[in-house]
Amino acid sequence: MNLHEFQSKSLFKDYGIPVPKGFIATTPDEAKSVARELGGQKWVIKAQIHSGGRGKVGGVKIAKNQNEVMKYAKEMLGKTFVTKQTGSRGLPSNSVYIESATDYEKEFYISLLVDREDECISVISSKSGGGNIEEVAEENPNSIFKIPINAALGIMPFQLRKLSIGLGLTKKQSGQLKSIIKNTYMLFLENDASLVEINPLVVSEKSDLIALDAKINIDSNALFRQPDLLKLKDPTQEDQSENDAANEGLNYVSLNGNIACMVNGAGLAMATMDLIKLHGGEPANFLDVGGGATSEKVSFALKLILANENVQGILVNIFGGIVRCDLIAQGIIDAVRETEVDLPVVVRLEGTNVEDGKEILKKSDLEIITATDLTDAAKKVVEAVKK
Amino acid sequence: MSVLINKNTKILCQGITGNQGSFHTKHCIEYGSQVIAGVTPGAGGREHLDIPIYNSVREAVDIYAVDVSMIYVPAPFAADAIVEAAEAGIQLIVCITEGIPINDMVKVKAAIKSNECRLLGPNCPGIITSEECKVGIMPGFIHMKGKIGIISRSGTLTYEAVYQTTKNGLGQTTCIGIGGDPIRGMNFIDCLQLFEDDPETEGIIMVGEIGGTDEEVAAEFIKSNIKKPVIGYIAGVTAPPGKRMGHAGAIVAGGKGTAKDKYKALDKAGVHSVKSPALLGEAILELLN
Repeated sequence: MNLHEFQSKSLFKDYGIPVPKGFIATTPDEAKSVARELGGQKWVIKAQIHSGGRGKVGGVKIAKNQNEVMKYAKEMLGKTFVTKQTGSRGLPSNSVYIESATDYEKEFYISLLVDREDECISVISSKSGGGNIEEVAEENPNSIFKIPINAALGIMPFQLRKLSIGLGLTKKQSGQLKSIIKNTYMLFLENDASLVEINPLVVSEKSDLIALDAKINIDSNALFRQPDLLKLKDPTQEDQSENDAANEGLNYVSLNGNIACMVNGAGLAMATMDLIKLHGGEPANFLDVGGGATSEKVSFALKLILANENVQGILVNIFGGIVRCDLIAQGIIDAVRETEVDLPVVVRLEGTNVEDGKEILKKSDLEIITATDLTDAAKKVVEAVKK
Repeated sequence: MSVLINKNTKILCQGITGNQGSFHTKHCIEYGSQVIAGVTPGAGGREHLDIPIYNSVREAVDIYAVDVSMIYVPAPFAADAIVEAAEAGIQLIVCITEGIPINDMVKVKAAIKSNECRLLGPNCPGIITSEECKVGIMPGFIHMKGKIGIISRSGTLTYEAVYQTTKNGLGQTTCIGIGGDPIRGMNFIDCLQLFEDDPETEGIIMVGEIGGTDEEVAAEFIKSNIKKPVIGYIAGVTAPPGKRMGHAGAIVAGGKGTAKDKYKALDKAGVHSVKSPALLGEAILELLN
């Protein structure tokens, strides 16, 4: 689960991580009064969307008077921003964050993340902050350094020294960095984060370290013990059908193709998409219905699939392990009937009682195309869509 | 011979009285597995599926020589269960549970480092030695005793590989589901080495997927350490970046962990691979001949 910048910065404040003073606004008038309250001569207006790369598409603006604050807020509020990370549909900015502008001399990159390679939480840092860290990693890998945190020891003084030297900090800044890293680590653990990113962490004109941006991802598996964070969830930043699916215990990701698939198991679901592509088609979604493919679940999944207007054919691929194929076949038939599907449906069943399952499909008056194996299924659905 | 478990393996089940634990333990016993004790805190002294239940793993291992713990404990309590098994000295811990918070797994990995145990999973189908012993949730009937070792990050894709090698008569020694979480116990290379050392295993199927760099590491490892034929497959060529594909660990992040890169690593290391999971059985058969 992602947090907005304003939510992340509020957490930063709670943990004593220095951020510029700022407030959220949902109307241009509110934006103006926020600017008045903040005082000063210069303000930053930032669109609140769950994506990086806002600056490149007009989602971050500097205003030099209160009318400009209103103007930029008006431009951003309700606008859908398409960034490198959002995909073509983009994300709407329903609020803007306004803060006092900070003049700065240097920009660093700092993040804490779950490090799969070293199986721990690591600090990633770079002198080249402000931009896209993936690009920095690509072009200048030596400018990025990583500090793995031992879960039993926490961050050690020598590691903090290494960070300070790497970033070329003064003595005063090193002290500030120490507290920022320690507090960020505490925030990370206590809130079950999987990523906390400060990009950039700047050296201000007064030579202090300040977090100008804040990005936090929370581990969805831990939300059961983070009820306060769960309240920060913003469904407008997520795909509606993906949310609906998640509520029913299904894993769904929409894609741009025209062949929908419904599969049990995440790995097989991915492989099914790949097979469609391999045989010349384009998958419309990833959908894992899980182990217990009951007729209610199949029916819900079919409705979900059919809500996507691009879909022209459906491939159902079920490997019935513990669940019997005859039950699954009946589930498919009930669901196809209930949802009145008028698109070609190709079904590949394998596993327990597979012959009974195939027989049930054959006997039904529905036009279900049965496939003998994985390859056959992919070929048949690609062919059916071409017709 | 086989890998890690066989017909003599003694199994303890943590979370045996729960829905999942109960259902799957029953199937394991039907397959021939020796489940000799169960642990559910608070239910000690009772019997469940004719198996004695204890309040703690320690109590059970004081009475029985336990080789494996099979864990179905719900996600909020699973980290505790894994460490409890490790502290009690159990050598192989198989955690089926899905949805364990990732920071819990970071702590578990650090905690069990000093214990002489192997952890398999979490979020995995478990491990099975064909026609001998099943520790997990896989459908037993598709397995057939034979000569292929299978390692996979995905449950249902393992079943595909199993089914194909059963149909073409090769059969399997042991199949290991290492699980779909980003931080987990045993990895490809641990299992590859076990299969390399097992005289019954003649060929290996390795099923990977997007996310992380474990397949890349495995490719290098195979090049320098594995002499037996290996077939690789990677799921998720069509997966969009930044999206989690069902498994917590199946995500292309920051341009890393793509199926394309993983195939490239396999090619570079000279590991044979197939682009379709439907060809796994055929490919390993061809390689063996």
